[in-house]
Amino acid sequence: MLRYVFRRLLTAIPTLFLIITISFFLMHIAPGGPFNMERGIPPEIKANIERVFHLDEPVWMQYFRYLGNLAHGDLGPSYILINFSVAELFAQSLPVSIRIGSWAMLLSLVVGSAMGVLAALRHNKFIDFFIVTLATGGSTLPTFVTAPLIQLIFGLTLKWIWIGGWHDGELAAAIGPIVTLALPQLATVARLMRGSMIEALNAHHIRTARAMGLSDFSVVVKHAMRGALLPIVSYAGPAAAGLVTGSIIVETIFQIPGVGRAFIDGALNRDYTLVMGTVILIAVFTILFNFLSDLLYALVDPRVRYD
Amino acid sequence: MKPVLELKNIKVNFDTLDGNVAAVKNANIVVKAGETIAIVGESGSGKSQLMMGAMGLLAANGKAEGEALFGDQNLIGMSKDQLNAIRGEKITMIFQEPMTSLDPLYTIGNQLIEPIRRHTNLDRSAARECALEMLTLVKIKEPERRLRSYPHEMSGGQRQRVMIAMALANNPQLLIADEPTTALDVTVQAEILELMASLQKKMGMAMVFITHDLGIVKRIANRVYVMRKGEVVEEGDTTTVFAKPKHEYTKALLDAEPSGRKSPPSPKAPIILSGSNVRVTFNIGGGFMGSPAIQLKAVDGISLVLKQGQTIGIVGESGSGKSTLARALLRLLPAQGAINFEGRSITDFDKTQMRPLRKQAQIVFQDPFGSLSPRMTVGQIITEGLIVHEPAMTKAARDLRAIQALEEVQIDPTQRNRYPHEFSGGQRQRIAIARAIILKPKLIVLDEPTSALDRQVQKQIVDLLRDLQKANDLSYLFISHDLAVVRAMADFVIVMKDGAMVEQGSVEDIMDHPREQYTRNLMAAAFNG
Amino acid sequence: MTDAVAIKGRSLWIDAWNRLKANRAAIISAVYLCFIVLLTIIGPNLTGHEFTTQYPSYVRVPPSLEPYPKAEKLDQEIKEIITRAHLTLKEWKQEGGRFLVSVTSSKPIDDRVTRYLDRSDSFKDGKVESKSSDGLEMTMSASVQHLYFFFGTDISGRDLLTRTLMAGRVSLLVGLLAGMVAVTIGVLYGSVSGFLGGKTDELMMRIVDILYALPFTFFVIMLVVFFGRNFMLMFLAIGAVLWLDMARIVRGQTLSLKRQEYMQAAEAMGVNSWGILMRHIIPNMLGPIIIYVTLLVPQVIILESFLSYLGLGVQEPMSSWGVQISQGSRNMEGASYLLIIPALFLTSTLFALNFIGDGLRDALDPKDR
Repeated sequence: MLRYVFRRLLTAIPTLFLIITISFFLMHIAPGGPFNMERGIPPEIKANIERVFHLDEPVWMQYFRYLGNLAHGDLGPSYILINFSVAELFAQSLPVSIRIGSWAMLLSLVVGSAMGVLAALRHNKFIDFFIVTLATGGSTLPTFVTAPLIQLIFGLTLKWIWIGGWHDGELAAAIGPIVTLALPQLATVARLMRGSMIEALNAHHIRTARAMGLSDFSVVVKHAMRGALLPIVSYAGPAAAGLVTGSIIVETIFQIPGVGRAFIDGALNRDYTLVMGTVILIAVFTILFNFLSDLLYALVDPRVRYD
Repeated sequence: MKPVLELKNIKVNFDTLDGNVAAVKNANIVVKAGETIAIVGESGSGKSQLMMGAMGLLAANGKAEGEALFGDQNLIGMSKDQLNAIRGEKITMIFQEPMTSLDPLYTIGNQLIEPIRRHTNLDRSAARECALEMLTLVKIKEPERRLRSYPHEMSGGQRQRVMIAMALANNPQLLIADEPTTALDVTVQAEILELMASLQKKMGMAMVFITHDLGIVKRIANRVYVMRKGEVVEEGDTTTVFAKPKHEYTKALLDAEPSGRKSPPSPKAPIILSGSNVRVTFNIGGGFMGSPAIQLKAVDGISLVLKQGQTIGIVGESGSGKSTLARALLRLLPAQGAINFEGRSITDFDKTQMRPLRKQAQIVFQDPFGSLSPRMTVGQIITEGLIVHEPAMTKAARDLRAIQALEEVQIDPTQRNRYPHEFSGGQRQRIAIARAIILKPKLIVLDEPTSALDRQVQKQIVDLLRDLQKANDLSYLFISHDLAVVRAMADFVIVMKDGAMVEQGSVEDIMDHPREQYTRNLMAAAFNG
Repeated sequence: MTDAVAIKGRSLWIDAWNRLKANRAAIISAVYLCFIVLLTIIGPNLTGHEFTTQYPSYVRVPPSLEPYPKAEKLDQEIKEIITRAHLTLKEWKQEGGRFLVSVTSSKPIDDRVTRYLDRSDSFKDGKVESKSSDGLEMTMSASVQHLYFFFGTDISGRDLLTRTLMAGRVSLLVGLLAGMVAVTIGVLYGSVSGFLGGKTDELMMRIVDILYALPFTFFVIMLVVFFGRNFMLMFLAIGAVLWLDMARIVRGQTLSLKRQEYMQAAEAMGVNSWGILMRHIIPNMLGPIIIYVTLLVPQVIILESFLSYLGLGVQEPMSSWGVQISQGSRNMEGASYLLIIPALFLTSTLFALNFIGDGLRDALDPKDR
């Protein structure tokens, strides 16, 4: 087991390295730079700024400088928000994104699984069709449609929620982005859970359990549901990482000062270090969550053993 | 004697996409205390659905009607709670699929203890003692350790023993066994049957044995019910039914065991195929960064000589390497050793060099549903070889040949534009044979061609293959785990185990005077009548 | 004997077609989708508006089945025009479909003053009816120009119906083309990997695994931001992201096909790779590919809309549903139709595509149910 953990961490390093390298060179071979856009900067001052940030060096030298700093855990200064380092920007934006993301994840896992199980137990009954229709809707509607619609209906018309701003995470401000973020995941979890639960309920060992006169509760919860949860477990890892990605739209629309917003602002302003920092952050999250979900899978399923 | 279970006018219907399907039309069955009855029938006869219906275990779209009297209670229409007080305590079941009938996520101990505690007042440690006792009773080695094992860590036979232990733990009055040995290898089959018979004697419960295998019926059952198309067509004492069958169908079933022997070819017959010291190794696992690959010897130094008009039967249990050997001989798999075809060494032939020879050596597979391409018509399927080997042939000429080939295998040639899914299993196997003989080959490898078929159909296919052999002087390499069919088809037998040859000899030598213990076990398991 | 008449068989394709026909949601969706496609192709030419034409008089007017200008607005409109022409309005009246406007001025009035009427979006063919001899008084006439804005107009005063249909054309086209890019790459890559098998397969799939670990949405955004908002680049970026799933599916299919006994039978018969590909692999793999394509197109449309929403996709004056939804959500206060109409078009199309995809899956692969 320890060996497996070690090997997984070891394979993460080349992946991360690849991501950093591709992103870095993509950014630097593109025309333009962080200080080209602000017209009115006299050339001497521009040259001065670029010297401070080592942007006058050849790209490969900048690359190794960046890697060197990164090895010390230094993500560098933001080029645009001159007084902040990238790490400081994350210290502000990451907690916000994590808060929204984890609530959305919790909501979609709990409500989604419950809906899926309910639909499977009432397979081909009205409630099943109802849940399937809802789930189809939820996974078909893109976030950039649901978000403004939620703002329009619950914010502008009904005035139940605030349509923008974070306000230190007050419920009326946070509920909109959380629900918007959760909806597609919730729908997917419900569909997955329904499918795997129907399959589990038809499994041979469930027939055995019924033939042995076990209670409905034991048959459904102990024997069917545990197996049916396996696909959810392997889905949850990438989904959790995806929530941070999905937050680009939600954070933009609801004006939430999170990582997604930071990335978009950074990209539009060519804030190289901020963009690099975000990409690395997301990659680390992705790798970490996939790893955690694989570990969890092994805990639930004795057939999977890592060694 | 008082009946334990009495089934009266049972009907089972399934609501499917094609409308309502009646699986059991009207069945009456009585099981008396302490006796063993068998319900025998071919696939689709409704024998399983009958008992599932009585026990409330039908799929969601199924519905059972009639009376299933256990004492004076009717199981059909009973509430789930009432039913659950009987299932697992008074009546228990074991099933065909040993690999999937246990929950993969819980230990054997956990799964054994749960029903014991549900139906008794035992506390956890007492239930554990009981489970341990049961495992010992079904002769599981190291029962203490096995309690902590998961199903995937055990073999099929062991799992079936666990199922039996689970079913008998609460001292039931009736045990229903639904094809409990079908999915197991023949030698394991015999052990499980023996165990069940001895336990029945020891514990005195009644037993219902659902099976398609008449050998098992003869060996284990006091009385037998014969089912066909959802109805019981004959019932009676096993000895009476076997000696004097009344119904036509029963007669046909009893007569379905392939019979006759094949005489060996003349000693002067030319040699078609020979292989000496053939070996096949598979690399298992191992990747770019992973651990080094494990080498598995699938075929380990087999030699054989096949003459024109001869049938060599290759016998062995699953995993013995018999199919691998045949594919290696046809150079469909990389192998070491010398292989000669019609006197020419083909050991080092590449794909292009092999192509003209492919016409001479054909193969018929086990699965009549997987071996025909589902998107081609039967005509296209059987003429594909002609496109390859006789490219000059016109479409009309090919069509003519297809008609002839279909007639040879007794399929109505007007059906040649139909698709495989429109035919039954036996018909599909005939089509697969037509595809092989259309090229007029010298050798056909028959890879378990009858194993997926019901006994009666099996017999017809065996007869067809023998007729074709006689008419065309064909040589067969006949692979099977079924000794009864091999006895009727082959004149020479090779017994294989774990990739190596156990013994070989003429069919008389092997069948009548087996030298090796392994062969004797196989024989005992197959011809236990 | 030989001329035995062959009975026609029922192929799996016909079976599938029959099953599909029985699936009402899929058929209705297909009809709806055809309708939308036709509408986006010919619709923009039938609305009577160019998708770039701006009507300064009609900025953000709400959807209406009645023609513009509305009668109650005319008085204000005429006053504004006359003021703009530095004239004084004496009176205006409607007479037999034409408007008669009498104006006075302190200076002689030029005849070309009718252009002020023509220039307005509400009137056309302005004419001088009569003029006083000193040229200080004049009566002009003009007919009302009736314009229909069934979906209203956007913030630049452009007809929303025309723009929505144009945007739909772009969205669907992007979906189809980028979908094709993804499918082509995916099918080639997956089938080669599966067909060759062994170490090559392992290597190719390891590459896919690594690509999966990349935060692709971020890469697409970076690509588009740094290399300019280029239409072709967007195709490539979207195609490059979405081919991974296709490659995995096709590889899995190829592997399972290779294990089928009829493939082994073909091999044992000496059929060459070309024959195996044409007669066995392609016909059997077509089903899953078709299913995947119908499910891929909505994904592409969503991704394109996502980029456009962020302002990184399709650029003005062109539009796509994503662009429209973005503009609509910025102006939904007071003009919610700007958001709701394109959102309705986008989601109904996505739903239709999903239902068709589900229907095809049920029809082509009934085991999956």
